[in-house]
Amino acid sequence: MSNDRAIRHLPVILSIIVALALTMLPLPRVIEAFRPNWVALILIFWALSVPRSYSVGIAWIVGIVLDVSHGTLLGQYALALCTVVYIVVRFHLLIRVFPPLQVTATVFALIALYQFLLFWINGVAGITAPAIVYWAPVLTSAILWPLIFTLLSGVSFRVQMRG
Amino acid sequence: MVASRNTTTNPARIPALGLRTLVLMFLSILLMFLDNRDNHLDAVRNTIGTAVYPLRVIVDAPVRLWTWAREGSQSRDDLQLENARLKAEQLLTRARLQRLNSLEAENARLRAMLDAREQFEDRVRVAEIMAVDSNIFRHSLVIDVGSSDGVYDGQAIVDAEGVVGQVIKTGPMTSEAILISDPGHALPVEVNRNGLRTIAYGIGEFGRLDLPGLANNADIQVGDLLVTSGLGGAFPNGYPVAVVSTVNRIPQRAFADVSATPSAALDQVREIMLVWSTPPDDDTGDAASDGDDE
Repeated sequence: MSNDRAIRHLPVILSIIVALALTMLPLPRVIEAFRPNWVALILIFWALSVPRSYSVGIAWIVGIVLDVSHGTLLGQYALALCTVVYIVVRFHLLIRVFPPLQVTATVFALIALYQFLLFWINGVAGITAPAIVYWAPVLTSAILWPLIFTLLSGVSFRVQMRG
Repeated sequence: MVASRNTTTNPARIPALGLRTLVLMFLSILLMFLDNRDNHLDAVRNTIGTAVYPLRVIVDAPVRLWTWAREGSQSRDDLQLENARLKAEQLLTRARLQRLNSLEAENARLRAMLDAREQFEDRVRVAEIMAVDSNIFRHSLVIDVGSSDGVYDGQAIVDAEGVVGQVIKTGPMTSEAILISDPGHALPVEVNRNGLRTIAYGIGEFGRLDLPGLANNADIQVGDLLVTSGLGGAFPNGYPVAVVSTVNRIPQRAFADVSATPSAALDQVREIMLVWSTPPDDDTGDAASDGDDE
């Protein structure tokens, strides 16, 4: 039983670890700011497809890990991820029936909110960064969403079947 | 986290979602508040940081492998050329070091005559920058040494050309450092030519530091070398920081518009040195702690 559950969680955990690795991957300074929010995208996906198992709790824990690995204020990414995932889980039935383009637009808005929260917290804490650092990832994340959605959909189907 | 997936009575309802979110949000805000105030949460950070360490190593590995492979495939001619160049360079450096030794001895003698505090040699250790990206909101980097190697918060980091930055968060295996170009960093410096003291602020550009605190009639010129003054206590004195690149004196204004180019290649460094400066034993004037640091 517990073995079965472990197998069911495996794709989710693996995808989160890959997302964390992609977040840490060094990029040339020029395109560094355009790095998509891998972790946020992955968590949005799982919250959308299996909202009962993966919602705000896991988002918060992953957020804390992200805070530590980024060296940001402890709780900054946790708060932003938690908020975004809450919205996804709250409206998951609505978002699921959207046509693909509209889902992408929703993800765009969610990532924009996510970045705004980070920007806001940094502002309160007195950390300044150029505007591109905040707003470029919104665009790249939305562009990459269809790809992530397609890649994970097959896996997610199996995750749900097994459960 | 939640019981069975088969309760399909009302799939839209997730138990206590709003409440859980509120609690977690409150917890995040509490954590941020505590973290911003003081270093109460270093233990938490270290524990999770240790868990993330393997991931950092894995991410760093391909880059390391690539460097290693490239070094391995260098041709013999290239290596010989490099060897010859390094030998010539070392000869020059040693010749200069000989003069430095005698100067150091002379300096110690003069200081003894003046009854001034003796200057100690700084202990250094080479560390490597890990190829992982950390905080994108700041100019920071991750190095492969931590508190188990004796690294401490606020420790100075230099490279062969000049000051790079300082350690801000020490973990057990890795530490995070902030560059002198970060907008939150200020570094007490002095002009090497005449000892004029000022503070160099980072503005978020790798190639530029600002020196806003200089009066219009201050004796500073383009090309002046700025070295650390040792005021503020974080940095040992005498390390090169930057070279003044522009001096704009506008008569109506009280302060001159001065900027400088960092000596260290801040966006290209791969190997750095950590400096352990001997703590000031007594304050004979230059141990005032002001101005410095993020």
